[in-house]
Amino acid sequence: MALRGNLRDFTITQLLNLINLARKTGTLVVDGPSEQAFLSFREGKLAYARVGQDDGSLATVLHKANRLTVNQYRAIVERAGRISDKELGLLLINAGYLTQEEILANLQNYFTEIVRRLFTWVEGFFRFEPDMLPPSDRINVRIDLENIIIEGSRQLREWEQLSDEIPSLDMALKFTDRPLKNVNLSVEEWRVVSFINPKNTMRQIAQANKMNDLEIRRIVYGLLQAGLVEIVRPEGAVVSQSPKMFPTQDKEEQKSLVNKLIGRIKSL
Amino acid sequence: MQTVKMVVTGPFGAGKTEFIQSVSEIDVVSTERKISNQAEAAVKEATTVAMDFGRITVDEDLVLYLFGTPGQKRFDFMWEILSEGMLGFIVMVDSTRPETFREARSILETFRAYAPTPYVVAANKQDMEDAWDLEDMRHALRLDEKVKFLPCVATDKNSVKTVLLELLYSILAEME
Repeated sequence: MALRGNLRDFTITQLLNLINLARKTGTLVVDGPSEQAFLSFREGKLAYARVGQDDGSLATVLHKANRLTVNQYRAIVERAGRISDKELGLLLINAGYLTQEEILANLQNYFTEIVRRLFTWVEGFFRFEPDMLPPSDRINVRIDLENIIIEGSRQLREWEQLSDEIPSLDMALKFTDRPLKNVNLSVEEWRVVSFINPKNTMRQIAQANKMNDLEIRRIVYGLLQAGLVEIVRPEGAVVSQSPKMFPTQDKEEQKSLVNKLIGRIKSL
Repeated sequence: MQTVKMVVTGPFGAGKTEFIQSVSEIDVVSTERKISNQAEAAVKEATTVAMDFGRITVDEDLVLYLFGTPGQKRFDFMWEILSEGMLGFIVMVDSTRPETFREARSILETFRAYAPTPYVVAANKQDMEDAWDLEDMRHALRLDEKVKFLPCVATDKNSVKTVLLELLYSILAEME
């Protein structure tokens, strides 16, 4: 039977565990909330990964890891766009620019980071394609899944706890009366703090700061625990009462109805 | 016949069913099942899996329905359905079980996100010796000073009446 389903029923951690135990070869395709990810495996080990618009090429990986400058990256893409990653890797090694170990370490970090990102996806569909192997022009690695799975389980617990604390990102934040003085905040926290306004939902703040759901929840949780902010309904949100609340739309009749309820409860 | 509804929510074992039972003029239509989880079974023998349903007839034209939400997290899909069209909601918290405060806070936030209706928080079992002080609970639940946080004994009709009245006063205030 095809390995496919919904992330709500089967988490990324559970999928990795299955692939690891069954020593599967193929590609796990995950359609997340806003992008698609491809994780390729050989005999239960992670071989390659890419997500969204990133092409997962060696040049991109090294550029993202700040091992290539923008100009070097552009030059490689323009002039050496047709050579495979293996050839590019050899060129960089022969030129003494990077060692083989450094190239492999950067690829491993990049692929592992993609899997970590997937741990925050709780919505989406997955399918495992046993016939889809990583592109032949890419460098494959062999990453054991055990440590990633343990880390994923940890993150899943954190995610569940944070989701309990902050169930909806469609609520806004406002500062409490405590002054924001002598508080040591990280750069990320300051970025969130700068957007705190009852008009902005947490989802909007996350989007403005390019943070995923887990990252924004983590920061908001810290600010809540420190008593610096509180969760409020967003200003400007539709606060009109649901038409189904009252059997009548007439305001005076609604008030009279509530007064009747008050009278009845008092008389109980 | 006109009907309006209020929702009573809160963690497992907070006292929602007793709360409704104290004021309902009909025997509460309760969908209770024996608890399979041993830890939860130690708290009480049966739990609400769908909802509790109580009724207070105001006059021949108006009826107030009280809906109690299932307390166990795996039935939270029912919450949004039950919250549809409610006048307001009451979050029940067991004052003697601080391990449920976090969940109560989460439920409160979830319901606040569902509907912009007034709400009150009721600290149940305030008659028990090991009940937490209201002020401490307010901090633990991270409730703003403006949120009505009321002592309550769900089995005592007068106590339940006070909570319902406070919610109705808040609904009235919101309409002004």
